[in-house]
Amino acid sequence: MTTTRNVSLSVLLLLVSLALWEGIVRAFDVPVFILPPPSKVAVALYRGLASGLYVTHLRVTLVETLLGFAAGSALGFLLGTAVAMNRYVDYFLYPYIVMFQSLPKVALAPLIVIWFGLGLSSKVINAALVAFFPLLVNTMVGLRSADEDRISLMRSLAASDRQIFWMLRLPNALPFVMAGLDIAMIFALIGAIVAEFVGATSGLGMLIQSMNFTMDVSGQFSVLLILSVVGLVLNRAILLVRRRVLFWDPSEKSAEAPEVEMAQPHRAPAGAPKERPT
Amino acid sequence: MQDSGVEAISISNLTKQYASRAGAVTALDRISFGVAEGEFVAVVGPSGCGKSTLLKILAGLLATTSGEARLRGTPIAGPRRDIGVVFQSPVLFPWRSVLDNALLPVDIQGLGRERYEKVAMDLLALVGLTGFEHRYPWELSGGMQQRVAITRALVHDPAMLLMDEPFGALDAMTREHMNLELQRIWLEKRKTVLFITHSIPEAVFLGDRVLVMTPRPGRILEDVAVSLPRPRRLEVVNTPEFGQYAREIRGRFSVQGGLDG
Repeated sequence: MTTTRNVSLSVLLLLVSLALWEGIVRAFDVPVFILPPPSKVAVALYRGLASGLYVTHLRVTLVETLLGFAAGSALGFLLGTAVAMNRYVDYFLYPYIVMFQSLPKVALAPLIVIWFGLGLSSKVINAALVAFFPLLVNTMVGLRSADEDRISLMRSLAASDRQIFWMLRLPNALPFVMAGLDIAMIFALIGAIVAEFVGATSGLGMLIQSMNFTMDVSGQFSVLLILSVVGLVLNRAILLVRRRVLFWDPSEKSAEAPEVEMAQPHRAPAGAPKERPT
Repeated sequence: MQDSGVEAISISNLTKQYASRAGAVTALDRISFGVAEGEFVAVVGPSGCGKSTLLKILAGLLATTSGEARLRGTPIAGPRRDIGVVFQSPVLFPWRSVLDNALLPVDIQGLGRERYEKVAMDLLALVGLTGFEHRYPWELSGGMQQRVAITRALVHDPAMLLMDEPFGALDAMTREHMNLELQRIWLEKRKTVLFITHSIPEAVFLGDRVLVMTPRPGRILEDVAVSLPRPRRLEVVNTPEFGQYAREIRGRFSVQGGLDG
């Protein structure tokens, strides 16, 4: 697919769309606070970057996202392991976890900002809360989906439960865990931005919010552009790690890019059970 | 070889019942047999005759309902370290290389990789996989994967091999070839082998003895000693003696109502 011809075609398509956008906005005299032309967005982007304003706020959002991602995935992984491996945890805790998941967690952001303040911690906590569930579910399903024959083989060699966990269940769960990390990364970014909307002193979300008050729509567009690039880069970073870790997984070779399903909180690898077995 | 003191496998009056919604199902009904040290015994029978149940009991993966099963004189109380099992599918771990797959028992039993890596390499050479040590399972054909499984079953030098239709998933040509290979390996290693199959020619070709089983409830119908000279070549299947054994066993099944496969 990636030929010189295709690349130039896709660049051409982009340029034509931008020209069309610019032309329509000018021809119909659309007010700049409704839809700014690409040229104005480009100017805003340049000013924001040149003044160092965007970089400062980007750094804040990035730190919040990465910390939230790390904390949320670690917690999700550990809890997922506990639920998968211990039937008491499964029985007593899992129903509450599901209840918590059915709650749209961004709705908690105002409370979290009240509890943890306008600074870094409330953003990290919100990002972690949103990022945690995909890891929990995927880890759980991955650990439980270990092949029966492989378990029998290990048992026939007198393997302990601990050995079955480390040598079989855990590596077997990795494709699921990596798919969970993929989603958790994007979710963490969403969590951080939403918490910034609610109350923050810095960050790209806060910047969008304040631009909204001043009707600086070109500015907002330029920040959105930065956010989408950030999302893409984070996603690619996970993909790179995933390719390395899952070199043995045949589904990795066919998957060109992981699709992020926003409608579903989690995604299991192809052929794997989507939901926990009942 | 028959009278080397303690038998490798001795089964007496073994019964296994499963609970099911319709009541208890008898998978094995008071079966008794013995296998001498170093002997190759093939178990042949149709699906549902309890062959796999028998193997799982010997592997220590299933408990008996009544009767006794002993390996080298001691009752089976769970999985043991002195047996190697080969299942119908290779059951390899995709994240382990061929060599690492072969070393799985060594890792599990903490035997020390330094010493056993050489053993595994020699075994891989024996099964004809030299040069593939650092490949991964998905890079191998089905027959090659099953060779890795055989290597893995032998690496910790177990006293006996339990094989549950190990070549059942292979195509006919590969299967014949694997039968020859297995005979060659067995002649070199002289392990006690219990080989489960539903192919009569395979059983006669490989076994010193063939145990014929019937289904529902699983019983041992006959114990046929096969005295064809070794090493047996593939052409042996065309000899009158081979045909005689095969007919004798097949005749048993036609009385009982047929054999699939």
